[in-house]
Amino acid sequence: MSDVLTATRVRKEFGGLLAVNDVDFTIPTGKIVSLIGPNGAGKTTFFNLLTGVYTPTAGRIDFDGHQVAGEPPHVITKLGVGRTFQNIRLFPQMTAKENVLVGMHARMNAGILGSIFGIPRVRREEREADKRARELLAYAGLRGRDHHLARNLPYGDQRRLEVARALATKPKLLLLDEPTAGMNPQETVTFMEFVSTLRDEQSLTILMIEHDMRVVMGISERVTVLDYGEKIAEGTPQEIQKDERVIEAYLGRGAGT
Amino acid sequence: MSAPRRGPSNERLERFARQWGLVLAVVALGFLYPTYVGWLKGLPLVGDYFPTVGSMVIMTVFTMMAVGLNIVVGYAGLLDLGYVAFYAAGAYTAAWLASQQFEQVTFHFGSVGVAPTLSGIHLSIWLVLLIAGLFTTIVGILIGLPTLRLRGDYLAIVTLGFGEIIPQFVRNGDNVGGFDLTHGTFGISPIDSPGFGSGLSSLGLPDNYRQSFEAERLFFYTALALLLVTVICSVRLRDSRLGRAWIAIREDETAAAAMGIPLMRTKTWAYALGAFFGGVAGAFYASFKSGAFPADFYFNISVFLLCMVILGGMGSVWGVVIGGMLLGYLNAEGLATIGSKLSSSTGIDFEPSKYQFGIYGLIIVVMMLFRPTGLVSERRRKLELEEGVHDEPLYASQRE
Repeated sequence: MSDVLTATRVRKEFGGLLAVNDVDFTIPTGKIVSLIGPNGAGKTTFFNLLTGVYTPTAGRIDFDGHQVAGEPPHVITKLGVGRTFQNIRLFPQMTAKENVLVGMHARMNAGILGSIFGIPRVRREEREADKRARELLAYAGLRGRDHHLARNLPYGDQRRLEVARALATKPKLLLLDEPTAGMNPQETVTFMEFVSTLRDEQSLTILMIEHDMRVVMGISERVTVLDYGEKIAEGTPQEIQKDERVIEAYLGRGAGT
Repeated sequence: MSAPRRGPSNERLERFARQWGLVLAVVALGFLYPTYVGWLKGLPLVGDYFPTVGSMVIMTVFTMMAVGLNIVVGYAGLLDLGYVAFYAAGAYTAAWLASQQFEQVTFHFGSVGVAPTLSGIHLSIWLVLLIAGLFTTIVGILIGLPTLRLRGDYLAIVTLGFGEIIPQFVRNGDNVGGFDLTHGTFGISPIDSPGFGSGLSSLGLPDNYRQSFEAERLFFYTALALLLVTVICSVRLRDSRLGRAWIAIREDETAAAAMGIPLMRTKTWAYALGAFFGGVAGAFYASFKSGAFPADFYFNISVFLLCMVILGGMGSVWGVVIGGMLLGYLNAEGLATIGSKLSSSTGIDFEPSKYQFGIYGLIIVVMMLFRPTGLVSERRRKLELEEGVHDEPLYASQRE
């Protein structure tokens, strides 16, 4: 199986608005894939379709051998899709470590009675989760931030915490929605190096929405371009850069000539 | 930690003492209250303000309900304005299973102080408490499944509706297809007393609470034990996988779902567990009062319990215990004591108990102005105060 995710003719209408128009899309296992397009092209909507926040109007989405279109988010997360959000959505009043622990929810088994009576199995699970949460925080570059409230972390650290939290769900596919938005060039470079290492060390597949073309062209192995809800191009960064329709979508008709 | 090495047991003991020392002291003081209340009441000036043991029972039971409600409102952030429904469900379970209500049958099991020929179902109150809890849990799940899909204000309104439906049902339940289920506005009375029966009296356990010379004291000890169990369960749950999921949902539902938390199931559990403690408290209270009357289950009880939670500090178990005891005291006898003191010393004819809900409202308004997180802030809210907060939100929190 070489594609971790295949979307077939996925369509999403909001009333009369066609946000995603019969998009076919595949993510090859182990690659870093970028989804780009002008504002309002339907990128985030497409993300939300993949993660179950929205139910597609039509079409199917196959992830790792399961048809996931229309499944609720927690089911899709459990199957192995982790995500971050465009406007950071941490649990602001929880500490960094607690945020990561929440990410482990689907991978833990403690029940209500077990938790109340503190049976050994639950206690062991808590200890292990705690240890793993601290490791993940350190891995994401947040050493020593365990007990800081998420809302009080600096912006870049909040982005990293979102990734750490997504990693805690043990994803096979990690979706990053504009991970470098609001970062300065230096932060962007460091962050992208982190994403690269992630893919290599955690054997992940990564799909990201990104606006920064240097980032997209620098890191992705494959780029898909959406415009007005339609896929207008797909290919390697080099191919995309030369594509007429992409240039037209970004710069307007006639700009390419 | 570079502290000198200690034996692990020693260290654990120390941590235990630090964590629970104060709690144990308070619990001990609580259990000893009946022994020194006489002395307290003898004190000059302030003596009259100390609650009687009977009032303490009521305060403790209501505090137990507030701690249960705190699971729903404080942890999971689900505004429930109909908690009184669970109190009613618990009280009526006790009324059905430990009284002469169903005179068609005669079934006795472990009941005390009841003639064996008396008609009706008479189960041991201890068993009834458990059954009431489980029954109320089921009621909670049944109410929760359709309503918990709603958010915020809409949820509050629907729970308010259910909080009215159940008391209305018991008020009119004296003719359910010709069957007298709830005895209508008269309520069901008397309800059997708790007790351990004569078999266990050799162990020092009381035979029958109500026939004992120190009935109030026994009820108080039991209520306090029930509250203690509720608090322990509540703290354990808060620090568990489920508790984190509740708080995550309170903070951001969409993100919580994206982290693999099943929203409906997790919210329903909050509702069901909150209901469980409400049901047990309701059943115990019904046995204490020896009756379940529809007039006890008005909307104002829901609001009263919510006031306890807000005053104490939403999400903070110890805060809710303090808030519950405080408001419970004012309600049970505090306001009346203050009123009579006031009129006897100044001659002004003022009865604060007539204005009780105005007074609770005022307390809440003052709290919101000066200490919005409650008397005892939840740990994470305290962290926020200590660490300081960025003035501007870093991200828009609107729904995608």
